Amino acid sequence: MAKSIASEFTKGLWEEVPPFRLVLGLCPVLGVTTSMKNGIGMGLATTFVLLCSNILVSMLRNVIPAKVRIACFIIIIATFVIVVEQMMAAFAYTLFMDLGVFIPLIVVNCIVLGRAEAFASKNGILKSTADGLGVGLGFTWALGLLGAVRELIGTGSLKGDVFGLINWNFQNIFGSSFEPFGFAVQAPGAFVILGLLLCAMNLIPSK
Amino acid sequence: MDYIELIIACIFVNNILLAQFLGNCPFLGTSKKMETAVGMSMAVIFVLVLAGVITWLIFNYLLFPYKLVYLRTIAFILVIASLVQFVEMFLKKSIPGLYAGLGIFLPLITTNCAVFGVCVLNIDKEFTFMQALVASFGYAAGFGLALIIFAGLRERVLLARVPKPLQDTSIALITAGVISLSFYAFRGMV
Repeated sequence: MAKSIASEFTKGLWEEVPPFRLVLGLCPVLGVTTSMKNGIGMGLATTFVLLCSNILVSMLRNVIPAKVRIACFIIIIATFVIVVEQMMAAFAYTLFMDLGVFIPLIVVNCIVLGRAEAFASKNGILKSTADGLGVGLGFTWALGLLGAVRELIGTGSLKGDVFGLINWNFQNIFGSSFEPFGFAVQAPGAFVILGLLLCAMNLIPSK
Repeated sequence: MDYIELIIACIFVNNILLAQFLGNCPFLGTSKKMETAVGMSMAVIFVLVLAGVITWLIFNYLLFPYKLVYLRTIAFILVIASLVQFVEMFLKKSIPGLYAGLGIFLPLITTNCAVFGVCVLNIDKEFTFMQALVASFGYAAGFGLALIIFAGLRERVLLARVPKPLQDTSIALITAGVISLSFYAFRGMV
């Protein structure tokens, strides 16, 4: 039992890491990853919603009638998104402004609804918790990685913090002669760099 | 703001798919065939204009006067979900061919960020009613335009010999990047 819970957790981190393996929930992946801190912040906000909605859906899975389940899931998810929205506006205002429309958009993120429908509505609370946390953190590192690559190429430095807890600041990583490639932080760069990252993921053989 | 300027801004400069990154799941999902791309575009235009108008009315005449602004997300998603249900029933009865062609992607409009995102953007930008109507149409038309161009290109890419790791989604994203780059040229026009 303990082993299967651990495997539910780790599969989200690598085998089924959402944007790379499943290609779901691409909008925030492309939209907010202009820097590593935005990517991680968005990832953590999504993780919170995913975790809470997975737990609640799993608890209610025998109560919700099958016919109206999607509507119920959406209401559950929307409730937690409102919680995140209000919390971020209160405690992480600059990040809230940076992420803008993408915070309310968590409600229509295919990953969150997908996990509720495909996993939490069929499995127990412990497993669903592990699944939500795993997929959420997988999503976070993927967003962080894409954000880091774009920020590095686009500005030549990495700078930021996560909710004021962890700070990092690396200036001019490639040396002072590096000319920032602005394309990477602009809209077209998002598509191309994500495409190339997917290509790199395909080169690593999966189990 | 001039309406023509607004429409051009919504279709080209702030293209919902290529500049704002909303609605990318159907963008990649329905663009493998031209037919489904056209059907999806039509469905989105219809739903988006309706949703944009209705959510604007709900926000300005219901949520705002009664100080329920924090309920925006949940109210909007419910409106959109019921609208999609309605469109689905309508298509199933009157155009079954299109209904079958769209398949899974019609119910997925509910979770299409483009629809929800435009409704939120209309409110965030404090548009008037007419501006919200025009902007919703403009964004939807921009969605259709980008999706149809992308589908046309993707049909060609299918015939090309692409290196194995780049195949499928990877090359599709890079193609989207190239289209996005061409739309980027419109920046500074408005």
